[in-house]
Amino acid sequence: MQQIMKLEGITQEFGGLRALDGVDLEITRGEIFGVIGPNGAGKTTLFNIITGIYVPTAGNLIFNGQKINGFPPYKIASLGIARTFQNIRLFNRLSVEDNVKIGTFGLEKISFWGSLLGLPVEKKAEREAKEKSDRFLQMLGLYEKRHEYAASLSYGEQRRLEIARALALDPVLLLLDEPAAGMNPAEKEELMDLIRKIRDELKITVLLVEHDMNLVMNICERIAVLDYGRKIAEGMPEEIKNDERVIMSYLGDLGE
Amino acid sequence: MDAWFMQHIDAYYLRIMVLIGINIILALGLNLVTGVTGQLSMGHAGFMSIGAYTAAILTLHYGVSFIGALIAGALMAAFFGFLIGIPTLRLEGDYLAIVTIGFAEIIRVFFLNFEPGGKAVGLYGMQQFTTFSLVMVIVIVVTLLNVKLLNSRYGRALYAIRENEIAAEACGINTTRMKVAAFTVGAFLAGLSGGLYSHYMGYIAPQDFGFMRSIEILNMVVLGGMGSIPGTIIGAAILTVLPEMLRIVADYRLLFYGALLVILMIFRPNGIMGDIRVYDLRKRWQTKEVETCSKS
Repeated sequence: MQQIMKLEGITQEFGGLRALDGVDLEITRGEIFGVIGPNGAGKTTLFNIITGIYVPTAGNLIFNGQKINGFPPYKIASLGIARTFQNIRLFNRLSVEDNVKIGTFGLEKISFWGSLLGLPVEKKAEREAKEKSDRFLQMLGLYEKRHEYAASLSYGEQRRLEIARALALDPVLLLLDEPAAGMNPAEKEELMDLIRKIRDELKITVLLVEHDMNLVMNICERIAVLDYGRKIAEGMPEEIKNDERVIMSYLGDLGE
Repeated sequence: MDAWFMQHIDAYYLRIMVLIGINIILALGLNLVTGVTGQLSMGHAGFMSIGAYTAAILTLHYGVSFIGALIAGALMAAFFGFLIGIPTLRLEGDYLAIVTIGFAEIIRVFFLNFEPGGKAVGLYGMQQFTTFSLVMVIVIVVTLLNVKLLNSRYGRALYAIRENEIAAEACGINTTRMKVAAFTVGAFLAGLSGGLYSHYMGYIAPQDFGFMRSIEILNMVVLGGMGSIPGTIIGAAILTVLPEMLRIVADYRLLFYGALLVILMIFRPNGIMGDIRVYDLRKRWQTKEVETCSKS
């Protein structure tokens, strides 16, 4: 078992507020790892630290053996860490296809003169972007809508488009921030299949934050529970379900 | 070539067309910054004045050839765009707008006190090197390069910054660097048009490049449609011709000018070409019948 991402004593303070307090986490290559916890527990903050939007106050962030805290977001993305957002962030007034194409931009440096003069390197990168967008749009069932504006898609489609865009980066680690938010049960089923497919076929490690317990318990192999910025439990779904502290702070009675 | 134009086209119209050309170059530069990249810059005239003064001083006092002076002016403006861009482009929206107004004012006040620039009197006596055909050639080249850039990966990345900066960064785009680059290119084009302007009018003064000038350029971009090249060209043309056409209402000229802007913005809030895409037009052209009736 090889670890892909390691968090050592990550602490994040916003003024006097301590959003994360010494969180340790190890994510193994090829697993689906879930992070759960009540609202305000620090889940999204954790994502923002991993993707470089925040620089942690203390602690280390190690990706593939390399220390990455302090790296700007675009650099972290080009290392192969892609993400989706809890509140959808698409390029609304661009076409669906362009949205996915832009997802590939972290792979190859965009050169100004190359673009302006249409040099072969740029042409090749553009062709690859097109191929990739076709592939992922087909995979996520959005190919027919590739010329529409992203803003004109339905909510569920927009969520899928975000995943397609993240996949276009060829990530080794994919972070999904509440991917099932606002989805109906059928869509959630599809989403679970999709996440498994991403891991099994594309060999991408998945880290997800989610409130839907059914989804988390079903697809995650390991789960960490955050509460008030502290990790209070970690383990397999069965262990988490029966952990007293977790039940007290978050799960409550699962009704079983 | 130009002799032919002068013989066959009325001097007044020729003059308006040259000014349209200069404004198109100017507006395409701002379109790149504000329309495409979404960074509200309200000091574009400042860069124009840097280009205008640099080119004028070089031809007047140093005997540099016009083309050389033109390029030097544009590069000088680009350099200042780069310098100013680095600290300011960390700001967003309203804050950026205020800072760019401030910088444009600093540049204006600098030229107001700049000895080689003739202080408040300005510079005069530049030969009219700028000709109709030269302006048109530059307009065509600049437009083609703009189209090329905006259809490339670079252009897509700039649009992505406008649409959602955080998401763009998460896609691996170095947004700070690209914003500074867009700002630099925008300033370059402003400097270029400044050099053309000073060698067309033959006279420049600091008040030619004040805040109202910046607003006028911004109007062209907004009116035409943010981020649209045909829109920007149409916007620049309309806003150059309009004040001339409104000479018939004499003193009420500016009143009508303002009213027309308001009306246009009510009926086309995204600008004249803001929400028109070639794809939609082509689709509408191809589907000549409405399908819904026959299916039931």
